[in-house]
Amino acid sequence: MIGEDDVRYVAKLARLRLEQDEVARMAGELAKILAHIDKMSELDVADVPPTAHVLDVVNVTRPDKPRPGLSREDALRNAPAVSDDCFRVPRMG
Amino acid sequence: MNSHRRPAIERGAEGAPLCAWEPVIGLEMHVELDTRTKMFCACEVTKGDAPNTHTCPKCLAHPGALPVVNQRAIEYAARIALALNCSVRPRNIFHRKNYFYPDLPKAYQISQYDEPLAVEGWFDYWVDDEKLRCRINRVHMEEDAAKLVHAGGDAGRIAGSDYSMVDFNRGGTPLIEIVSEPDIPSPEAAREFLQQLRNLVIELGVSACNMEEGQIRWDANVSVRPEGSSDLGTRTELKNMNSFRYLQQALDAEIPRQIEVIEAGGKIDLETLHFDPDTGTTTPLRSKEEAHDYRYFPEPDLVPLVIDRAWVEELRATQPELPAARVERFASQYGLSRADALVLGSAHALAAFYEEVVSLGVGAKPAANWTMGEYLAHLNAAGLEAGHGHVTAERLAKLVKLVADGTISTSSGKDVFARMISERAEPEEIVEKHGLGQISDTSELEDAVARVVADNAAQVEQYRGGKQQVLGFLVGQVMKATGGRANPQVVSELLRTALDG
Repeated sequence: MIGEDDVRYVAKLARLRLEQDEVARMAGELAKILAHIDKMSELDVADVPPTAHVLDVVNVTRPDKPRPGLSREDALRNAPAVSDDCFRVPRMG
Repeated sequence: MNSHRRPAIERGAEGAPLCAWEPVIGLEMHVELDTRTKMFCACEVTKGDAPNTHTCPKCLAHPGALPVVNQRAIEYAARIALALNCSVRPRNIFHRKNYFYPDLPKAYQISQYDEPLAVEGWFDYWVDDEKLRCRINRVHMEEDAAKLVHAGGDAGRIAGSDYSMVDFNRGGTPLIEIVSEPDIPSPEAAREFLQQLRNLVIELGVSACNMEEGQIRWDANVSVRPEGSSDLGTRTELKNMNSFRYLQQALDAEIPRQIEVIEAGGKIDLETLHFDPDTGTTTPLRSKEEAHDYRYFPEPDLVPLVIDRAWVEELRATQPELPAARVERFASQYGLSRADALVLGSAHALAAFYEEVVSLGVGAKPAANWTMGEYLAHLNAAGLEAGHGHVTAERLAKLVKLVADGTISTSSGKDVFARMISERAEPEEIVEKHGLGQISDTSELEDAVARVVADNAAQVEQYRGGKQQVLGFLVGQVMKATGGRANPQVVSELLRTALDG
């Protein structure tokens, strides 16, 4: 079961601000989703290795060779604020 | 009692039972690899370049940009793992470690979790003349965060800053995490462990481990328990240290603090602490309880990495000589004591310097004495790394040869060494210019010997009365009178003749 405290905790981790009515609604919806997922627990998967990837591909790598990236101008183009050629962000802590 | 194996701290107030405590320390070391490009993109890894000049849609986390693993980073990581006697696991999975911070544009770090590169190794290190073994829990691959500079407020500190600036040049640099088991018995052993582990990584040529540039950082986990117990107490974590001295100081402060709390009937909280070198105390960081819930899950953008057994064996066969093996070799090949072999053989640069001096035709013992004595003192005083500065292996070899063939005395040799640095000249030029050549000519020394005998009547009497060791003092006086240039053996003979005759 998922309670309202769980919802608030997960919301905090995801940096979501939820109003009280949203918390209550989410608790109900998430409980339903989890119940649906729980159905899978009914299957016997003892002999199935955990699947991290659905593709039957391994070892996609590249040689250690530099390639040009973005110019600084382009890199900073999306920054809401710029200071001394850096992305400027609100005070931390 | 061995102070490193059991650094038990005995405490006991009046009336309280005496209880001895021992610390238990585990360490994590993060190493930035010296690959040419980043872990998951082809941006160049650089130091000191202008901010945000080495970025791309991948390391800036633009939507849709997909990571691709750097082959060289896997090789370097595997070399570290093999040097730590770990098993390299045949199947590797990358995971996302989720947290929000402005130095992490994706809001997750690509790391490894339950299927890391390598597990279950060990590292042998020395504390004085005692060899200790620390088990290695794991070695895994991840990416470094970007660099944050805090502006305004108190010069670069987080507290009181007005805003922060992010430079993504470092973001995505290949980072290796080495995690030890809690096998380290003292703050001093912790420092030795990390210094020697750093030497090992440097030897492998996979990272320069430059401390000023923050290429290596450490976390320490520490708890205390009654001496001899095999239980582990609740630990605290000291985060992100980048100086050996601070690490030892932080542990030296944290261990008594824990003992005090427990002896006062309190409980240690599992928390992350910050060490303030100015006050020498540890204080809890702002509670990050939620931040510790990283919600790891497999990175869907990276397919598994299958490590070929034959490739691992190829790496194993091409590992360089590691410090521990070199120390053994120095002891046997050059006939050095274990202590001397450790000083000379532990670190790559000094070992290479020493072997170069020897290869230039200098005896192994005098080469060792001069390298460990004058040369090492000079490096420490000047803050230089071995092999740098005016005193090259070639110049030191020339100097040692001048002493060995009797051209100059040992004490003049020390003078020439100092002048090599201050005058930036060749040793033979200095001997010539300052007339430092050794005086072995008896006629030149007889005057000085006669004067010393005349001026030291009391010692002369003692010597004649049978106190042979006074001769050393008298030889010293002649050396002093000749500015250290006299050949001590000739002086000694002349003195004997003068006194015994």
